[in-house]
Amino acid sequence: MTVIGWIQILLFCAIVVALVKPLGWYMTRVFNGERTLLSPVLRPVEAGLYWIGGVDEKREQHWLTYTVAMLLFHVGGFLVLYAVMRLQAVLPFNPAGQSAVAEDLSFNTAISFITNTNWQNYGGESTMSYLVQMLGLTHQNFLSAATGIALAMALIRGFSRSSMRTVGNFWVDVTRCTLYVLLPICVVYTLFLIWQGMPQTLGAYVDATTLEGAKQTIAVGPVASQVAIKMLGTNGGGFFNANAAHPFENPTALSNFVQMISIFALGAALTNVFGRMVGNQRQGWAILSVMGVLFIAGVTVTYWAEANGTSALHALGLTGGNMEGKEVRFGIVASSLFAVITTAASCGAVNAMHDSFTALGGMIPLINMQLGEIIVGGVGAGLYGMLLFVVLAIFVAGLMVGRTPEYVGKKIEAREVKMAMLAILVLPLMYLGWTAVAVVLPSAVASMANAGPHGFTEVLYAFTSATGNNGSAFGGLSGNTFFYNLTLASSMFVGRFFMIVPAMALAGSLAGKKSIPASAGTLPTTGGLFVGLVVGVILIIGGLTFFPALALGPIVEHLSMNANTLF
Amino acid sequence: MLKEIRPAIILLVALTLITGLAYPLAMTAIAGVAFPKQAEGSLIERDGKVVGSALIGQEFKSDKYFHGRPSATSAPDPADATKTVSAPYNAANSGGSNLGPTSKALSDRVKEDVDKLKAENPSASVPIDLVTTSASGLDPDVSPEGALFQVPRVAKARNMPEDRVRQLVTNATEGRLAGLLGEPRVNVLALNLALDAAAAK
Repeated sequence: MTVIGWIQILLFCAIVVALVKPLGWYMTRVFNGERTLLSPVLRPVEAGLYWIGGVDEKREQHWLTYTVAMLLFHVGGFLVLYAVMRLQAVLPFNPAGQSAVAEDLSFNTAISFITNTNWQNYGGESTMSYLVQMLGLTHQNFLSAATGIALAMALIRGFSRSSMRTVGNFWVDVTRCTLYVLLPICVVYTLFLIWQGMPQTLGAYVDATTLEGAKQTIAVGPVASQVAIKMLGTNGGGFFNANAAHPFENPTALSNFVQMISIFALGAALTNVFGRMVGNQRQGWAILSVMGVLFIAGVTVTYWAEANGTSALHALGLTGGNMEGKEVRFGIVASSLFAVITTAASCGAVNAMHDSFTALGGMIPLINMQLGEIIVGGVGAGLYGMLLFVVLAIFVAGLMVGRTPEYVGKKIEAREVKMAMLAILVLPLMYLGWTAVAVVLPSAVASMANAGPHGFTEVLYAFTSATGNNGSAFGGLSGNTFFYNLTLASSMFVGRFFMIVPAMALAGSLAGKKSIPASAGTLPTTGGLFVGLVVGVILIIGGLTFFPALALGPIVEHLSMNANTLF
Repeated sequence: MLKEIRPAIILLVALTLITGLAYPLAMTAIAGVAFPKQAEGSLIERDGKVVGSALIGQEFKSDKYFHGRPSATSAPDPADATKTVSAPYNAANSGGSNLGPTSKALSDRVKEDVDKLKAENPSASVPIDLVTTSASGLDPDVSPEGALFQVPRVAKARNMPEDRVRQLVTNATEGRLAGLLGEPRVNVLALNLALDAAAAK
């Protein structure tokens, strides 16, 4: 670890924190339907969309209607995406002549993109036409991100409202998020990325003759417009197979730094939106502090482990950190930081190959996802995931002192706790369950690229990433098989929607409750005690759930590595 | 509930057209005017022919050139499409080795490369980036140490004074952005082009 490395990390944190208030202020105005700087341009478009869609923006929805609207929207998105992939060979914008994507791979990829996972069982430049990248993938990047934020808004309204039956209007939330938040930022961001060297062309792949006379085919495409929303919307599906490690998808140290900030920007700002809407911004800062504590701890471990390198290579007389699977322009620190950010949020973009990380360096991304990606988290999804843990922490605190627990003026009762537990427990059920199945199926074991405990970690990582809707991978695992395409798709689906529905039920039940004023017996939820309590509950619940699985993978691998055992 | 079907279909289509077509196509059009070079892939031409991209590494095997890092990219096997063969710096199929820290295959591969480099330049210690594959397999850079390590070999093969070659490496070395972000590095293709130009004089 170096001083300059830590300065980069702290600079990153400072910029993210500095963006929280302005972005939070702006998003609060957008979702409250207030006028913004962009309204003169965008308001006519917005009103036009409601008109042709038959949406009455004044009419709000019950939580169940809101959820059904969201699900219908996703069914449609799935069908469009699946169809575009299956038909890409006969559709335009296909200069590389890609043939139709196979059925099971199309199914996996369509589920993957509607759930904001963006798991890549495909290699972008070798599988997808430009039309799929734009109309299919770029478009879903917008909509799954907008949906995540919309759902978080519904849950926030649940906390901030008193005795109401409705939680907002899904169509209005999605439209406003897309038009006022995501698109304007992406337009500016795309231009910045192109300036940094990212291609944005519909031209065919370029054939170059190298200095030594060999032929090199260089894949290009409409990269920048997709990468902007991929990062901002914490989607993470790469234009290229190597994702943000590809020099075209992340050309410079500056593009890398800005990409890291854009992963966290909206998710972190949503804590401020929460604070503003419940009437006390310190409530938002308390939640951000919980995230911050867990984040810094993770960065420290991964950076330390990667900077220490691996004993197998040191035994060959090499010195320095672990550079296998990392790019020179990013080095150890920017690769370690990126890995922790991308898994803390449910982004899943990678600028280094997590499969080649040291055992402990790769364990932190795994833990981040297993905790439910609540450290900032996916846009929207992170906040509602974190609020579920807050509900539990408040409940535990209530049990300790023997009072009915309350949070931001709402009594937390049996129904709320049940919904929170349901949402939290469904995740380990998927990733532990499917991992257990995979490691006893010879055909599934054959997909592992590494032997020994690392192979087990590859499988555990795959199902964790899919269930958590992350999308990053221990990429050695050959996931494009019938078994993995279907099981990973089911993990992504359950991980997304079986968490959303209880979270929405929670929103509905909270919105219907009366707000009660804080009394002398109310646990303050803006101080250090509360932050410590939530961190503790997250680590205890998380630790009890997945520690045994980690012991079989990264932990035993770390011990093997130090004993110089190779597999 | 049924009345949600109409907005579902219409908003899906409308937002698809806005975000999936209008936005990327508009950005492409603007990019073509504002940043035409970057938008096309930062291609480098020499004598009217495209020799590569400034951002994409390419394979160098000759002693006369500086070499990039090992690359783990592959291509479909021409004999059997279900298999792949090693194809370093395949810019149409990026990817890393994905070998883990306790992989014997990784250790063996690195040992072979270390032995080769030690034979080439016994006086210096081998920089780790010269024996590890990058994440993309297309890393355009090596570390300054990785370039300096190769100076004796390149100078000998080209019959140039080592100091002159070392000077070219120093000229091609890029530092951290604002002294802070990223890592010091040398773009191998740019260095080799400078080397060819210097040798032609």
